[in-house]
Amino acid sequence: MRIALDSQACQGHGRCYSLAPELFDSDDEGYAVLLVDGDVPADLEESARLAADNCPEFAITCQS
Amino acid sequence: MTDIAAGPRDWATEFDHTREDYAAAAPAIWDELRERCPVAHSPAHGGVWLPVRHADVTAIANDTENFSSEGVIVNAFKPEDLAPKGYAPPITSDPPFHAGARRLLLPAFSPRQVERWEEATRAACRELIDDILQRPDGLADAAVDYAQHIPVRVIAEMLGLPREDGDRFRTFIHRIIETPGQHADLPYEETLVHYLSQVIIQRRREPHRDDLIGFLLQAEMDGQPLTDEHVFGTIALLIVAGIDTTWSALGASLWHLAQHPEDRHRLVEDPEVAPFALEEFLRFYSPVTMARITANDTEIGGCPVPARDWVLLAFPAANRDPEAFERADEFVIDRQRNRHLAFGLGIHRCLGSNLARMELRVALEEWLARIPDYELADPDGVRWSTGQVRGPRTLPIRITSPQEV
Repeated sequence: MRIALDSQACQGHGRCYSLAPELFDSDDEGYAVLLVDGDVPADLEESARLAADNCPEFAITCQS
Repeated sequence: MTDIAAGPRDWATEFDHTREDYAAAAPAIWDELRERCPVAHSPAHGGVWLPVRHADVTAIANDTENFSSEGVIVNAFKPEDLAPKGYAPPITSDPPFHAGARRLLLPAFSPRQVERWEEATRAACRELIDDILQRPDGLADAAVDYAQHIPVRVIAEMLGLPREDGDRFRTFIHRIIETPGQHADLPYEETLVHYLSQVIIQRRREPHRDDLIGFLLQAEMDGQPLTDEHVFGTIALLIVAGIDTTWSALGASLWHLAQHPEDRHRLVEDPEVAPFALEEFLRFYSPVTMARITANDTEIGGCPVPARDWVLLAFPAANRDPEAFERADEFVIDRQRNRHLAFGLGIHRCLGSNLARMELRVALEEWLARIPDYELADPDGVRWSTGQVRGPRTLPIRITSPQEV
């Protein structure tokens, strides 16, 4: 699975780093930072999907 | 102001969100309008639009060119010529001023900074529950004795204002948000403007204190200190926006749990469901409706809207739209896909969302740990607030779990 974050669309809701802390972190202003280079480890695919499905700005996309 | 007579009304043309009948029935009104007239209009408050579809609310929130934040609380007195700064930056600001005013505040409300206030929040909750559990009859008001106090104590501490001022904060908020436009003859000494003027005079004498007011007094934007109006407006915003909002979300969550023992038990027995339950409380009982003023002749969902009209940005209505949510009209405690708009959308996403989530989580944890079983003592005695922030203001409950010894 591949994951991408559109930083322009992110408004700092913080859903992704709460639900998938292995994949996302917060910067000092609360905006999301993607911690992986795009490939999602197999055991984190469910977390990745949760992060994407709960972003109010549709800023995260996952592709299997 | 157009006064809308009491009694049965056509919600598509005669709603007034500041009246008790609307407050008591709001979710049913939004559902009815979504089917029948998804962009409603009323002559109340000089004329106001109410879109209830998720798609329309989203489009407005993202269109800052046509929908200005110059006014965010619908009122007969419509702000004019204050954009792009507005009277309470950054919530009343438009681009380009908005970004800088917001960036100033973001670090203090980031998740890591908010963690600093968790222990103080927990201590406040425990103290309030201690008092509630001392009552021999097991009766309490979950809104008055619990929910309303928690955000007041936290924001007072963050700002560096005395906790005793909390009652005054609630009075200001009641006037400004719940009953706007009804207090024109108030003596100046009793207003938020007077209170804040005194605070700023006093704090300018000791500007280096380590709290949010101290930070604003020393902050710079584009190399310049903030103007007095900017500091004043931002403190007003932090007092007004952070209190009845969280108090409402917490009160509505406790109201729900009073009537749903299965959800209480699930939360106590299955801690992993808690993060999902928290978001579902926020979706299903979203407290905050914002407002905008149209900056140009524009349209909402194909409906023409002239410039300078009020538009209610009903995030709570959007959150119950079946076009956007499966089983939208049901509370699903472990909902896995929940892109709710309780904290808004776009550049004005609630600045305090991390703080609000922390307060709501801690307050529910502490309540359920010690009051796992309770019920509504007087279902007809529950009163919902009027205006743009919706939540129970009286919530009489009876504790049914065994008393602590």
